[in-house]
Amino acid sequence: MMREIKNVPCPFCGCLCDDGVVIVDDNKIIGTRNLCRIGHQKFAHAQKGRFETPQIRKNGKLEPVSLDEAFDKSAQILANAERPLLYGWCSTSAEAIQIGCELAEACGGIIDCTATLCHGPSLLAIQDQGAPSCTLGEVMNRADLVIYWGCNPMHAHPRHMSRYSVFPRGLFRKRGRRSRTIIVVDPRRTDTAKLADLHIQIAPGSDHMLVHTFREIINSYDVTHETVAGIPADAIRETIEAMGQHQWAVLFFGMGLTQQMGKDRNIDVAIKFIHEFNKYIGTKTVLMPMRGHYNVAGSNVTICAETGHPFAVDFSRGYPRYHPGETTAMDVLYRGEVDAMLNIAANPGTSFSNRALAHLAKIPLINIEPHNQQSMQISDVVIPPAIVGVECDGTAYRMDNIPIKMKKIVDPPENSMPDTVILGEILKRVKEYV
Amino acid sequence: MEFILSTGRSIWQGEGIEAGCDSELYFDACARVEMDPDDMERLGLKENDAVKVKTRYGEVVVYAKTSTQAPHRGLIFMPFGTWANVVVQPSTECTGMPNCKCIPATTEKTDERVLGAHEAIKIYYADGEWGKRAEELKSYYDIH
Repeated sequence: MMREIKNVPCPFCGCLCDDGVVIVDDNKIIGTRNLCRIGHQKFAHAQKGRFETPQIRKNGKLEPVSLDEAFDKSAQILANAERPLLYGWCSTSAEAIQIGCELAEACGGIIDCTATLCHGPSLLAIQDQGAPSCTLGEVMNRADLVIYWGCNPMHAHPRHMSRYSVFPRGLFRKRGRRSRTIIVVDPRRTDTAKLADLHIQIAPGSDHMLVHTFREIINSYDVTHETVAGIPADAIRETIEAMGQHQWAVLFFGMGLTQQMGKDRNIDVAIKFIHEFNKYIGTKTVLMPMRGHYNVAGSNVTICAETGHPFAVDFSRGYPRYHPGETTAMDVLYRGEVDAMLNIAANPGTSFSNRALAHLAKIPLINIEPHNQQSMQISDVVIPPAIVGVECDGTAYRMDNIPIKMKKIVDPPENSMPDTVILGEILKRVKEYV
Repeated sequence: MEFILSTGRSIWQGEGIEAGCDSELYFDACARVEMDPDDMERLGLKENDAVKVKTRYGEVVVYAKTSTQAPHRGLIFMPFGTWANVVVQPSTECTGMPNCKCIPATTEKTDERVLGAHEAIKIYYADGEWGKRAEELKSYYDIH
């Protein structure tokens, strides 16, 4: 029988749009409504190409085994490892991450989430400077100036502009798009930039310089250069003047700031700029990172609640230790310290840099992942789970740290269990082996 | 010719990754380098020509495409994924994040074949091809 399930939160990006409609026929997803094209693919593809049974690599080939054997092998690998890494956590529920923290403690490993590869530097800067932020609902109701810096929401968060920031009508912004000004800072003329009122096309890699110039002007210093970051100084002065004529501004920033030279320092100056804007100009200004996966904010929140640190938490000394640059996933792999890794709800094959992957290929990798992704080429144990938000429920946090309950739409395949059960089983066995 | 390489997301990459990493959608979306139309003309490249993108950290063969996000002269863009990661700067400068943007790179036309997603992981990492080439470039041990 065909039925429509309404108000389904979409388990793709940090927007966590919770107005999706999924059409289900006899435990099969046959269509969606309201979602973006990526969200649609997520649901449309969820049930296709799944692993039916767990697998273990024997003589260089992945071979089907029983669940029990896979749990046992995973627990052995983790318990025997000197410095295991538990990575991923961005596309699973907060409940699973809680068990993950316990597992990391039991095997004396490092737990790190994918935030390390997207907004890790932002978190470092926020710890240094604090972050004036808000919820997305407030942006919708109040913002009359929206700045997108180093991000391209038309591509990475397709419904962000239409649901939260630019197009919707809000309590104090009754005319929707017409009552807001949009500024985009990006070295390319992106699809977001094409929709903006002002596109500042800066020279690649000069974001830090441009923010500093903004601060210079706000603090009443003279800009002595004629052009800064490829932009004429006069244009920068005019931009600041125009920005000051608004009541409530929000700065959304993305990988453009965190993935280039400077990293957390870029965010540092951006936060200082916001502080000074609030102090001297009088426009209420906040900033918000554009979080990538749907529960990457939740992984930071949960790991922080469990251990006291947001990511890269090392349990090798028996207590949680946090030292970005030393205990972050990329660095421990880069230096070749890790001797086993558990990957859950992430895809190292598409996101890890070359040298980290080169080391990962040499060590045992336990992969809790339903589909055949690239890292299966180097996995030693594969355990297919039920997909959170499609086949089991759980809690996820939106990019503004608002918790949202994920929905179960269809039943999972026979041998696929929720992440919480899989991790619980591995944890039980690890405690026996250690 | 020398360029600045940036990597990042595109909507087709997002769609491809959800449609499955072995899907054609993903291959089309990610095994590419997007260039400004003027730069394509200057290099004498046509749409879908195979080009080798080379940085200090590695080299990878992908298809040249005219950018839909042009103009961005002097900047080339690769969607975040298996192919882009072969050439990014792996060191993190004590932040946990590799440099994925603003990397000096060169491109040249080539006759070599573009590898598939699974094949690329196998050849570059499982068989150690990336490590060998990085050692040839003398950059494996002194990457900063």
